[in-house]
Amino acid sequence: MATEVDRKALEGIKDEYEYGWSTPEDYTFKARKGLDHDIIDQISDMKGEPDWMRQFRHKALNIFLSKPMPNWGPDLSGIDYDDIYFYIKPTDHTGESWDDVPENIKETFDRLGVPEAERKFLAGVGAQYESEMVYHSLREEWEKLGVVFVSIEDGLKHHEDLFREYFSTVIPPTDNKFAALNSAVWSGGSFIYVPPGVKLEIPLQAYFRINAESMGQFERTIIIIDEGASIHYIEGCTAPIYDKDSLHSGVIEIIVKKNARCRYSTIQNWSNNVYNLVTQRALAYEGATMEWVDSNLGSKVTMKYPAVFMLGEGAHAEILSLAFAGKGQHQDAGGKVVHAAPNTSSKIISKSISKNGGRSSYRGLLKVGKGAHGSKSQVVCDALLLDSESRSDTYPYIEVAEDDVEVGHEASVSKIGEEQLFYLMSRGISEEEATSMIVGGFIEPLVKELPMEYAVEMNRLIQLQMEGSVG
Amino acid sequence: MTDILEVTDLHVAVEGTEILKGVDLTLQQGEVHALMGPNGSGKSTMSYAIAGHPHYEVTSGDILWNGESILGLDADERAKLGIFLAFQYPVAIPGVSFANFLRAAVSSVRGYKERARAEAGGGNKVIGSELMPMREFRQELLAKMDRFDVDRTFARRYLNDGFSGGEKKRGEVLQMAMLEPKIAILDESDSGLDIDALRIVSEGINKLVADGMGALLITHYQRILNYVKPDKVSVFYQGRIVKTGGPEIAHMLDERGYAWVEEELAQALA
Ligand SMILES: Nc1ncnc2c1ncn2[C@@H]1O[C@H](COP(=O)(O)OP(=O)(O)O)[C@@H](O)[C@H]1O
Ligand SMILES: [Mg+2]
Repeated sequence: MATEVDRKALEGIKDEYEYGWSTPEDYTFKARKGLDHDIIDQISDMKGEPDWMRQFRHKALNIFLSKPMPNWGPDLSGIDYDDIYFYIKPTDHTGESWDDVPENIKETFDRLGVPEAERKFLAGVGAQYESEMVYHSLREEWEKLGVVFVSIEDGLKHHEDLFREYFSTVIPPTDNKFAALNSAVWSGGSFIYVPPGVKLEIPLQAYFRINAESMGQFERTIIIIDEGASIHYIEGCTAPIYDKDSLHSGVIEIIVKKNARCRYSTIQNWSNNVYNLVTQRALAYEGATMEWVDSNLGSKVTMKYPAVFMLGEGAHAEILSLAFAGKGQHQDAGGKVVHAAPNTSSKIISKSISKNGGRSSYRGLLKVGKGAHGSKSQVVCDALLLDSESRSDTYPYIEVAEDDVEVGHEASVSKIGEEQLFYLMSRGISEEEATSMIVGGFIEPLVKELPMEYAVEMNRLIQLQMEGSVG
Repeated sequence: MTDILEVTDLHVAVEGTEILKGVDLTLQQGEVHALMGPNGSGKSTMSYAIAGHPHYEVTSGDILWNGESILGLDADERAKLGIFLAFQYPVAIPGVSFANFLRAAVSSVRGYKERARAEAGGGNKVIGSELMPMREFRQELLAKMDRFDVDRTFARRYLNDGFSGGEKKRGEVLQMAMLEPKIAILDESDSGLDIDALRIVSEGINKLVADGMGALLITHYQRILNYVKPDKVSVFYQGRIVKTGGPEIAHMLDERGYAWVEEELAQALA
């Protein structure tokens, strides 16, 4: 979300809106459910893509069709590919209205204090959020620095060479079934290029430029940070996103060049009908730093393991992962770090909370390859179980091919401490509130990494998630 | 009106073992009552039972607030009546800042939450809007930190997490000052304090008593009683109060130890 400071600073700026940075989507596209090569052609036609992209999509579809569903991890049997629209959504949502939005989602907006203008958008009944004006003036500033921050479609249209140089190089369609699916039908997402030495203080927020498309089911994002540059990219928001579409499968590719720095923060809170299966990976070159801050609060099933491949000496990776699994939810999250160069270092911190029978799993890979001398890695996963029906598992995979490395792995599972509860309650705090306070404290090491206004929202959200959980 | 807390013939068991064997005690606002007794005699058990710890089972007897039993109330409801326990061993809550915790506690005890709920008329309030306004809270907190000589950096530190023994005790007194209880039980708030800290904590207690708080001062040592003057002194022994009198009892204990109490008891029984 736009920071309060940003909003204030930019209030009143009402530049004329001239570029129409979000491509007007006035086409009427009557698609059908299911997925085949005709659908691919239709998508490609509609987007007016170059032929290489069309061919790429077709190949990816073949890969998708040939790959079996993963036989590990959460139950995905509820996904019915024949019952899904794979084309991009028209933005005008005809026939859907505020009245159709479920009552519990509306209440949640009230409790979280989500501004009126954002609600409709988040609920999927408003086409575009009005922060475009704010975005517009920031964009001018960024443009002066040579920063490209556009929709993925515009990236392909206006920066084709750059796009083609990196697209699918970090995550090829063969990577996994869902990466193949995304490669075939991708739509929406961001394209970002930051020139050498440019350090942006204000986070780039996907939120500035969201429209229905960029919140699409098969989002694709490419971020290239050139040497010595630095950015923080924020995607998602704490408010629950109501979406009737049940399958979301994004791909995020990031290239962090020599001595550059990237932090990518995600807060996702999909409605609990959604399968959220995301592949996100970064390449970090010499002296580069890549940080993923990943919070997953909603959805029915999430599978998400942000990865960093450290390819240059002295690269550093940090993955902070937060998962909250409530009733009927399975959060399968974690991280992967691959040390492929000497003196690289990494840290994974995973915090999960399970309640009302929810299930959260930490799945992590720590790999130190041949030649990655002097590398260091630390993995800490803490799980908090709020009741006895809930569940938490850890699946840490560790492969180390060198001797002179330091590798640490700690895991803990805890319950809310009775003495902690009593202490807080003896100060007049109700059991419910005391419980959320303890949960908030548990995830604080991660939340404090988020910009202030997100942190505030996150705490509200946790409180909301906790309501009614105490008998 | 003066609030009164009465403990009558209280028997408390922990995990099936009877620890309190008939405690009788009356505390009222504005009064300082010192309670002394050897380790393991059940002083903390009594404190927990009064504060409403669910593990401490009241097997018979009663705890009354202005004549009405509070045995059915949870710990938070007892706190809202105006009962406060300064813990012998304050509990650490990692990740929760002292200030945020205290704002929630103060908002709850002073009724901000209930008022907000009533105003919302059952509607949906934004989470956090039922708290005491931040500015007011901050002002009061900083003023009280100064008044009770607590370092301002406390506000941002995680509650009791990595606090030294002395810091924890000062933190308890600061909480007490913010929550403004009617009756406070101070369970060995003096132990582990150096002489300066002891003076500061004692002054804090005196200020609150002057403002009308009643205090039960559980202690091993006569030395805090040089700073906080008790109206009454009781001796706690093997799960009950065996003797109550004036400040002279504290001096006797200091000179003669608990052997003196044992002798007296033996004589009484003989
Ligand atoms: N939670 C508990 N579980 C088991 N025994 C306890 C517990 N709390 C206190 N006790 C026992 O009760 C007795 C009284 O302890 P306590 O109330 O802490 O005494 P004091 O505060 O006077 O030193 C001791 O024998 C102690 O071992
Ligand atoms: Mg004790």
